[in-house]
Amino acid sequence: MSHSSDSLVAHHFEDIEQQNESAVLGMWLFLAQEIMFFGGLFAVYLVYRYKYPEAWAAGSTDLDIVLGTVNTVVLLVSSLTMAMAVWSAQTGRQKGLVRYLLATLVLGSTFLVIKAFEYYAKFVHHHVPGASFSFHSEHFPNADEGHVQLFYCLYFIMTGMHALHMVIGAGLLIWLITLALKGKFGPDRFMKVELTGFYWHFVDIVWVFLFPLLYLINRHH
Amino acid sequence: MSQHVVPPSVYVKVFGGLTILMILTWVMAFVNLGVFNPVVAVTIAILKALLIVLFFMNVKYSSRLTWVFVAGGFFWLLILFFMVMPDYLSRDWQAPVQPW
Repeated sequence: MSHSSDSLVAHHFEDIEQQNESAVLGMWLFLAQEIMFFGGLFAVYLVYRYKYPEAWAAGSTDLDIVLGTVNTVVLLVSSLTMAMAVWSAQTGRQKGLVRYLLATLVLGSTFLVIKAFEYYAKFVHHHVPGASFSFHSEHFPNADEGHVQLFYCLYFIMTGMHALHMVIGAGLLIWLITLALKGKFGPDRFMKVELTGFYWHFVDIVWVFLFPLLYLINRHH
Repeated sequence: MSQHVVPPSVYVKVFGGLTILMILTWVMAFVNLGVFNPVVAVTIAILKALLIVLFFMNVKYSSRLTWVFVAGGFFWLLILFFMVMPDYLSRDWQAPVQPW
C-alpha cells in the first residue's frame, strides 16, 4: 500500500485533494437535487401567481414584513458566522470554531422562534388553510377567498419546508459542535464543517428568494 | 493544504454586499414599477445567490469540475421554468372567433 501511512485519505483516493473534491462534488449533487425540490415549489407559486394576481397580492401584503425582514437579517448574519466557522476550522482555531458554530446555531434557532410567532399569528387570524380558513381584504375586495387560501397553502408549504431544512441544519450544527469540542477538526480535516456550511448557505439562498417573492413584491399597491 | 482558505475580510465584504442588496430590494419593493417589481426583486435575489454561491460556498476558488456540477444544478432549474411557464402562460390564449 503506497499511501496507507496517511490515515486521513481513504484507500480508494489518490490523495487528500482528490478526496476533498469528491466530497465537494457529492455535496453539490445533493444540492442540485435540493434545487430541483424547491424549484418545483417555486414553479407552482409562479403559475398560480400568474393565474390569481389579486389573491396573491392580498395574501402577500398580509404577511408580517417586519418579522420577515428581521428573519432575513438573522439568516444573513448566520451565513457569515458559518463561513467564519469554516475559516476557523481551516486555520486551526479550535475555540473560534466552537464559538462560530454556536453563534450560527443560536441565530438559526432565533429564525425558527420568530417563524413560530409568525405561524401563531396566522392561526389566530384563521389564515391557516383548512375548515376554519377565513380571509377578507379591504384593499383587495376582488380577491377570491379560495385563491387566497391557495396562496397560504403555498406559503406554509414553502416556508415550512424551509424551516424543516433549518431544523436539520441545527441538528448538523449540534453534531459539529460536539465533534469540535472533542478537537476533531483542524487544517487538514474540516470537510464536515465545510459541507455543512454548503448546506447552511443553500438554505439561506432559498430564503433569499422566498422573502421577496412572498413578502415584498406586492407592497407597492 | 490544497484547499483555498478564504480570508475573513472577503467574507465580511460579501456580507456587506448582501446587506446592501437586501436594503435595495426592500426599498424597491415600495416603489411602483408595475410589471417590473417582480423582475427587480428576482434580479436582486439572483445577485445575492451568486455572492453566496461564489464566496460563502467557495465555488469561485473551486475546480472546473465543481463549476460544471454547480452550473448543472441551476441549469436544470432553468429547464424547469422555461418548459413550465410557456405552457401555463399560453393556456388562456385563444384564437379570435371568426365572425361569419
